[in-house]
Amino acid sequence: MPVSSLADADETLLVAQSREGDTAAFGELVRRYEGKIFRLAQHVTQNREDAEDVLQETFMKAYEHLDQFQGNSKFYTWIVRIAVNQALMKLRRRKTDKSVSIDENIDTGEDTMVREIAAWDEDPEQRFSRDELGGILDTAVQSLEPPYRSVFVLRDIDELSTEETAEALGLSVPAVKSRLLRARLQLREKLTRYFKRKGDDAFAYM
Amino acid sequence: MLTCKDFLHELSDYLDESADAELRSKIEAHIAECPNCWVIADTTKKTIQIYKGMDPYPIPRDVESRLMKALEKKIAAGKA
Repeated sequence: MPVSSLADADETLLVAQSREGDTAAFGELVRRYEGKIFRLAQHVTQNREDAEDVLQETFMKAYEHLDQFQGNSKFYTWIVRIAVNQALMKLRRRKTDKSVSIDENIDTGEDTMVREIAAWDEDPEQRFSRDELGGILDTAVQSLEPPYRSVFVLRDIDELSTEETAEALGLSVPAVKSRLLRARLQLREKLTRYFKRKGDDAFAYM
Repeated sequence: MLTCKDFLHELSDYLDESADAELRSKIEAHIAECPNCWVIADTTKKTIQIYKGMDPYPIPRDVESRLMKALEKKIAAGKA
């Protein structure tokens, strides 16, 4: 298969070809998702070296177990599950660092906490360059507690469904929902500092 | 009538469009009356939109080349 057509090839076809031992087809699947998997691994492990290990292990396991991929979920969802499992194993091995536990008990009683209320510009991102915006968004996500961060990354950045996120993280659906709400509200507060309409203050709408 | 606290608890479902029609109209009635909750709904919606589909940074070349090498080795070992 010529390289130019691989990039446009249908995913189901690429998976089928990879199963038959077409390494170029598998290479194309890797190229499609390596960036997202690496980002996810960095978000969960918060450690570049671990993230790189997770990235490699994820695609090696995917290749090894390709025959177990049922095709009734998206290929990406399937490898996300592998990646999350690998990342969690890394965290468990790093037992001394308690700050990175993903399944720690968290108090969701404060999920209604709202401190800052100010309207944003219609297109708030227009005020910043692409790089500045990327920096602001990343810093905000990194500042979330790990249990909220993982849920937010899978649900709102990678756009998995609530059920897929629950499955990937080994959480119940209500736990995903309550963590997601808390994460969204916290990010909203953090971003309000950058995106609020000029001239507005917190009490303009009271 | 929904309180502000009730509204916050239902906010995610509302923004994900998974709230049923009855709840949806209650929430819309609340935010039409409550400017603070309207701002919270609007800015939380914008927060979600701004992150959605955010492209990952290109993977560093050295990381990618180590990944490809590891995979080649694995594939070669599988064929042997």
